[in-house]
Amino acid sequence: MGDPGKTDVVAEDGLADLPLQQLPLDGWHRARGARMVGFAGYEMPIQYEGIMAEHLWTRAHAGLFDVSHMGQLSFTGEGVDAALEAMIPAAIATLEAGRQRYSLLLDEQGGILDDLMVARRPDDIYMVVNGATKYDDIAWMLDQLPDEVTINLMDEQALLALQGPEAEGALARIVPGVERLFFMQAAAFAWNGHALWISRTGYTGEDGFEISLPAQVAAAFADALCAMDEVKPIGLGARDSLRLEAGLPLYGHDLTPETGVVGAGLAFAIPKSRREQGGYVGHDRVARELAEGARLRRVGLAIEGRLPAREGAPVFAGAEQVGTVTSGGFAPSLNAPIAMGWIDAAHAAIGTPLEIEVRGKRIAAHVAPMPFVPHRYHRQKN
Amino acid sequence: MSRYFTQEHEWIDVDGEIATVGITDFAQGQLGDIVFVELPEKGRKVAKGDDAAVVESVKAASDVYAPVSGEVVEANGALEGDPALVNGDAEGEGWFFRLRLADAAELEGLMDRAAYDAFVAGL
Repeated sequence: MGDPGKTDVVAEDGLADLPLQQLPLDGWHRARGARMVGFAGYEMPIQYEGIMAEHLWTRAHAGLFDVSHMGQLSFTGEGVDAALEAMIPAAIATLEAGRQRYSLLLDEQGGILDDLMVARRPDDIYMVVNGATKYDDIAWMLDQLPDEVTINLMDEQALLALQGPEAEGALARIVPGVERLFFMQAAAFAWNGHALWISRTGYTGEDGFEISLPAQVAAAFADALCAMDEVKPIGLGARDSLRLEAGLPLYGHDLTPETGVVGAGLAFAIPKSRREQGGYVGHDRVARELAEGARLRRVGLAIEGRLPAREGAPVFAGAEQVGTVTSGGFAPSLNAPIAMGWIDAAHAAIGTPLEIEVRGKRIAAHVAPMPFVPHRYHRQKN
Repeated sequence: MSRYFTQEHEWIDVDGEIATVGITDFAQGQLGDIVFVELPEKGRKVAKGDDAAVVESVKAASDVYAPVSGEVVEANGALEGDPALVNGDAEGEGWFFRLRLADAAELEGLMDRAAYDAFVAGL
């Protein structure tokens, strides 16, 4: 067989030739038996005990993920709200302190350059962008933003995620007060005298938290969490299968500069006022596709049998190719293969029967609602 | 009966003219949770180095090459219902397929257990 240790390395455009960087927790991961692979320019833990066990542990208990490769950005300066609104389709002026929103970085043609989280903190606007795109994002944003606005890449900060139904109990034990946050809220906390910025967000579909903290205390903080019976470290492999079950797109795979917001099913991220008034980069395509519909749509695909369909597999309606799988794999919580793909709108309705070609064979599939596994976010009741 | 190993992490048991082929315990450990195994059909003739099977883990698909040439006489039907047998017993119950050897001389140059263990230790 081919080199079995290399099968899950994910190469990211433009980073393949650069030496891999190490995460602040590199030694911590290795000491816990992680298998490290290159991803987004970093050596990252793909798994510890196994993707299936780690995935199911997170759905039942609490999983600790190191996502320090992601770009944590701080925006400050005169007119920062208006400058960000001229760039991205989020409503920043009405973003209250301690509130976080999902948004997108679009190019002039409305293609997706990245997806991101943006929050207001007392002294800045805090943004988290994807690791593989962070340097390109910063270069793009420096061109877009006026001189008065400063971007600081907080590369002295680590970023951890604690996800799962037991995440709240575990984190509140060492950081009292986090239990008062609801989904998409964030606040400053402290642990052993060190400043933490914690949001009630994640990328698994489960309740959970993302914790920004100084890199030099990340190992001690991770130790404090993993000392609890309900917390285990979880690798990138399970992070990917969890987010796929949750129907969450992965940038560089399900979202690219060719794909648009409306077809991606992400128009919820653009508030009504901004859809109507525009004034952000890429609005023309958003407005056109909101009015006319998008030609291609990102959909979920439920697959019959046990054979997974992977990224790149063509999708057919009869003899006609109507789309392509952009993420696919085996869903541990469903014990079945699932996929996400971009499909011609005419074949994108829930329940539409399709076929996916895998190694020359057609396998039966149908368009399925996402998420595949229901979200269990801790939402504030109205 | 002799057991041989390849640098592609397959094992081959030879009993007369019949060779039983599987992947090594090291290989299953590297692949992680195996969720599907695609096996060759009975009667298919494979040449040494051909794609003969595909093993799917949660994350990725990996080809399994025919370590020697021959005709497939049996595939391990137990893997259809329970692909995790490969994780649990890669070098026993988790075998992939059996071949009628076309050229026993192809076995020369394959590794024995000690040589394979040394090869893995050097990876």
